[in-house]
Amino acid sequence: MPAGSNDTSPASLEEVREGLAGAGYLPSESATLVSYLAHRLGKPVLVEGPAGVGKTELAKALSRYTGRRLVRLQCYEGLDEAKALYEWNYRKQLLRIQTESAGTGWQDVQEDIFSEEFLMARPLLQAISVHEPVVLLIDEIDKTDQEFEAMLLEVLSDFQISIPELGVVEATTQPLVLLTSNNTRELTEALKRRCLYLWLDYPDAERELEIVQLHVPELSETLMRKLIEIVHMVRGLDLKKPPSIAESIDWARALVLLGAGDIDKSMFERTMSIIVKHRTDLDVVAERVGVRLENGLLGRAEQS
Amino acid sequence: MASSEEPSRANRPPGRGSLYGGLPDAAAPGLAPQLVRFCDELRREGVKLGSAEILDAFGALGEVSWTDREDFREALAATLAKSQEDRRVFELVFDRFFFRAVEAQAIDKGLKEQRFQGGDRIDLDELRQQIQDAIRAGRDGDMADLARLAVAALGGQGETSGVIGVDVQRIRRTLDLRQQAGGNEPGEEQLDRDNIRRFEAHLRRELERALIHRTESLPPAKPLAEYDRALPGGPLQDLAQVHRVVAQLKRRLATSGHEQRGRRRSRVVDVRRTMRASLETGGVPLRLRFRPKRPRRPEIYVLCDVSTSVTSASVFFLSVLHALHDAFRKLRSFAFVERIDEVTEIFERERTFQAVSQKIAREAGVADVSGYTDYGRVWMEFLERVSDDLDPRSTVIVLGDARTNGREPHAPIFGLVAAHAGRTFWLNPEPKLYWNYGDSVMAAYAPYCDGVFECWTTKQLEQFVNVIAGSPEVV
Repeated sequence: MPAGSNDTSPASLEEVREGLAGAGYLPSESATLVSYLAHRLGKPVLVEGPAGVGKTELAKALSRYTGRRLVRLQCYEGLDEAKALYEWNYRKQLLRIQTESAGTGWQDVQEDIFSEEFLMARPLLQAISVHEPVVLLIDEIDKTDQEFEAMLLEVLSDFQISIPELGVVEATTQPLVLLTSNNTRELTEALKRRCLYLWLDYPDAERELEIVQLHVPELSETLMRKLIEIVHMVRGLDLKKPPSIAESIDWARALVLLGAGDIDKSMFERTMSIIVKHRTDLDVVAERVGVRLENGLLGRAEQS
Repeated sequence: MASSEEPSRANRPPGRGSLYGGLPDAAAPGLAPQLVRFCDELRREGVKLGSAEILDAFGALGEVSWTDREDFREALAATLAKSQEDRRVFELVFDRFFFRAVEAQAIDKGLKEQRFQGGDRIDLDELRQQIQDAIRAGRDGDMADLARLAVAALGGQGETSGVIGVDVQRIRRTLDLRQQAGGNEPGEEQLDRDNIRRFEAHLRRELERALIHRTESLPPAKPLAEYDRALPGGPLQDLAQVHRVVAQLKRRLATSGHEQRGRRRSRVVDVRRTMRASLETGGVPLRLRFRPKRPRRPEIYVLCDVSTSVTSASVFFLSVLHALHDAFRKLRSFAFVERIDEVTEIFERERTFQAVSQKIAREAGVADVSGYTDYGRVWMEFLERVSDDLDPRSTVIVLGDARTNGREPHAPIFGLVAAHAGRTFWLNPEPKLYWNYGDSVMAAYAPYCDGVFECWTTKQLEQFVNVIAGSPEVV
């Protein structure tokens, strides 16, 4: 946990940038600014971008940086209120009724079993009802149905949840909310209106180099340059799944473990399954990159 | 000049700021009115903005320093542009708006900068080299400075055509800037397409500025060109876009089936699982468990016209087909010109798009003699081949322009195909305006289809997806 873990919102952009870097995340300009605004304005952030550019990682880094707990809601098709907001603990309610002595009236029992004691808080309710502010990550919001989005609106704009039996639960603290989307479907205007928008893209070579360096400092500079160059080239091909940043880091780690002194054709072919994960993609990449490695067209920086 | 003739601000229709040139009328001073005007301009370019967004923008500006251009821009973008497409439009409008605002102020205050006069003394070869270096390295600041020099050297009074677009191209030709050809061959003199575009933007701005200084009035504000507005990218990115839309189609087809169609009515209680779940609640079956509903497996037949009349569209169609193949397992695709041939296998074997289109051109026996489409014959052959396999659960999608080249359309046979299949859709790559004109017989086929769509951009493909998936909002 970083030393400056506190809940006061950051005073400057610089502070956010350094904080995130301290948490192991090198943010782009826009990511820094939007995180800062999210803090200051208390608005949710909608993060979009291709898979593997660090959308989820940004939320994790924010949680590490602010010292807040991360509450994560992983979205999927068919996710409903019972799994996202709250659910009554039927079992406990039943036990409560059964242990009741015969004399008590229904009125007493009813008031009793619909109390907070019998409520099971799911991530969204948890995020707004805890005493310490948290970072709430609603991951892959585009995987849910539109109805679920509508349900989120109350939470996102007013930070409250209405429970028919209990009334309205209002947030005691303001969570920092991040929603991520892979853009597989258009989100509703209503949801977008309530959010700040951040588009994350693959970083340019320099920044990705810094990121990999931060995570795998053992790898030599020249090798790392070559690695980034290859990864960027692979991303330029028409692949089913372009390599993500996490995969570049994994690859760098693998090279360190193998004690590789250079990425030549054979080394590349043995390890490329780390960055390319489709059989058909493998063929394309092996052919296109392999040729370049043979001809020495890549990693010219190394020879000079 | 025109400012005196312009009617007062109050009774002027909104959004015609300086349509006829001249100076925009003096807005109320301060940032707020300017920002509202900026939002107005964004709205006119099709960005959906509510007052909530504008209020947010003000809130955000309260938190960042206004002296840093990048922060200012990012703060506005985060609150006003809520998708990548909007962001693109935002960038363009932002540049245009503040450029014009600055120039208007400059004229207003009578400020004039000293133009560089020694244009004829600049060594052209040296300049050309420097510009190419800057573009290759992608240094934005250098590009801006060099664009200024280039305009001074080449955009002299005598040579300007007065039309900025023409001048930009003329200067570009003189400077010998060629963009990278699609392939990957490491040519020496070829430059990155995006960087050239950036340099052109600088040139354009410098020329505009020179013009404004000469005439002391702002040129009319033009809406953004479609070309600028589109996201930059080559065919590869279009392909990615198609893949995205098709992935969406798959999701829609998969979820729409059992979400809406009265799932409550037809659900069957799974007694065993209900009993098991009731153990949690002391044997009281509080929650019913239902048998999972078997998902509907859509079986899709796609027929794709690959004749010369749809050449430009067939590249698009093939990429649609290609993406469909990645998304659906039960898909059979057919290509046709004069005859029809099944190409499902080619798609299964070949991964890259290029390889697929080549293989289809070479292997599929679709063209007979003339190379003109013969829809009638295609239907007969298709029906003969697959009539046994078609059932009410299958969907037939035809991609073609319905131009029969004067041959018999055999619409009733197409009707038979449609009758065998559950649903039939037709995607036509021509604008609706041209349908049924000349040898197009769209009207003959349309009655048998469940839907006929015009489809030549990914946007329209998305609309098609929305409609057939029964989505409430048509984007």
